[in-house]
Amino acid sequence: MSLSIEDVRRIARLARIRVTDAEAAQTQHQLNGIFGLIEEMQGVDTRGIEPMAHAQDLSQRLRPDVVSEPNRREAFQAIAPQTENGLYLVPKVIE
Amino acid sequence: MTHTLKSLSTLLAEGKASSVELCQDYLDRIEGLNPTLNAFITVDRDKTLAEARAADALRASGNAGPLTGVPVAHKDIFCAEGWLTTCGSKMLSNFVSPYDAHVIQQFKTAGMPCLGKTNMDEFAMGSSNETSFYGPVKNPWDTARVPGGSSGGSAACVAARLAPAATGTDTGGSIRQPAALCGITGLKPTYGVVSRYGMIAFASSLDQGGPMARSAEDCALLLNVMAGFDGRDSTSLQREKEDYTRDLNQPLAGLKIGLPREFFGEGLTGDTARAVDEAIAQYRKLGAKTVEVGLPNSRLSVAAYYVLAPAEASSNLSRFDGVRYGYRTPEYTDLLDMYEKTRAEGFGSEVKRRILIGTYVLSHGYYDAYYIQAQKLRRLIANDFAEAFRRCDVILGPTAPTTAFRLGEKADDPVQMYLSDIYTIAVNLAGLPGMSLPCGFDGQGLPIGLQLIGNYFGEARMLNVAHQYQLTTDWHQRAPSLGG
Repeated sequence: MSLSIEDVRRIARLARIRVTDAEAAQTQHQLNGIFGLIEEMQGVDTRGIEPMAHAQDLSQRLRPDVVSEPNRREAFQAIAPQTENGLYLVPKVIE
Repeated sequence: MTHTLKSLSTLLAEGKASSVELCQDYLDRIEGLNPTLNAFITVDRDKTLAEARAADALRASGNAGPLTGVPVAHKDIFCAEGWLTTCGSKMLSNFVSPYDAHVIQQFKTAGMPCLGKTNMDEFAMGSSNETSFYGPVKNPWDTARVPGGSSGGSAACVAARLAPAATGTDTGGSIRQPAALCGITGLKPTYGVVSRYGMIAFASSLDQGGPMARSAEDCALLLNVMAGFDGRDSTSLQREKEDYTRDLNQPLAGLKIGLPREFFGEGLTGDTARAVDEAIAQYRKLGAKTVEVGLPNSRLSVAAYYVLAPAEASSNLSRFDGVRYGYRTPEYTDLLDMYEKTRAEGFGSEVKRRILIGTYVLSHGYYDAYYIQAQKLRRLIANDFAEAFRRCDVILGPTAPTTAFRLGEKADDPVQMYLSDIYTIAVNLAGLPGMSLPCGFDGQGLPIGLQLIGNYFGEARMLNVAHQYQLTTDWHQRAPSLGG
């Protein structure tokens, strides 16, 4: 398998990362090298093997439905790039 | 500055030094050597000394714990309230954390001042510390060489005696490989033993924090501080509190050490092979027996890891969007433009590569062939360990295939870089505890690491195995000659 330059552009769009033409070409080369390593997996017969998502077989813990954290909006918003009246500012999404 | 945590603790308990004095000594040494080593991203003398004064007050009030007043350095992946917490990235170059990681809280409760935040590969993605936005860390044994990664700043600062101990995190070898390359002792606990709350996420099913210090005994003392249940990490394990020092002095007679034939194959050569063989001979002298075991699927661990870790990373790192915290690009036309530029400018090239790999393997049409197949291999790799541990108490092998390589040597070749973790990655995939301890030097005077792998929750036994070796060898006491 080998990624085309169009594949690179498509996944960069999905990942919300801008790539220049020069970066796309270099990234294509490097990702294909890495996928060369990954392809090793494909030869292994894994029929009937249960996928392992996690090191421990855990079920989600439940906690009592009570407030456990204080409101720290000001401290958290103090480090935001742009806020106004307690809201995070982003460029206009809907005209 | 040749103190162990235990000797520093004794100095403090006997009133021969105060925490303020200890911190001042270490801060002076950092000031002298950090310009050469670049092991720290942030040092803040006032903050450290304020914490030291608080520790001295705690001791004066009769409420000191065993390590109160002993300073440690923290990997810059741990959020610490009021401290710049960058994770080695431009993306967080302005992020002063508004809260403490659970690990940081544990050290605060123990009264252990923070000496500073250590340099690391960006978002812990790297094996050489060269992906840090803040420049590479230099190996104290040879400053033309890398310290390993991603916890390279922590490893280098402990090796250079800039801190008596440090915290690290290990997703595919990021505690053990730099410990090996810098000649110190480092331990990755069983997944779930140390809380991941406030530890900036890379691959959540693999990430685990752990201690980096000069000896197994010091690692045990630190793990006593770091481990513990925390309800804010959904994978934190609810277990009885353990004393990880409890088995240190047990004799090794009757110990069964498993030697995986796959770790002693063609890839292992020269000085590393010799040093590991000598360590095995030393263990036989101490009464241990060796048994050959097989980890046939471990050869696939690098491939499976480079699907699973990037997949989890691509999801975890989607939070960096320039909206709530961190870097935002200065100029943009609309929201999409802001996201794409922020992430293009805020992330370095290795981080972007891994986000792209992860995005691809999770995307429509490729999920089964890559992500599910890698998870199945993960099961096979974990099963191999379970089978091996039927026949032995601890598994032994090399930590890394080579000693420290030169800065720049592998920087442009991701695949070669990834292969430096060939012996460590399987342990993360299985969720087992592992550690690295010094076992010799190569012909150029560079340290060699010995890896021990324990069964689930076998930290105390593994530390015992390491400690008994360190009682009869002095590799862990060697220090680089840096002056100062």
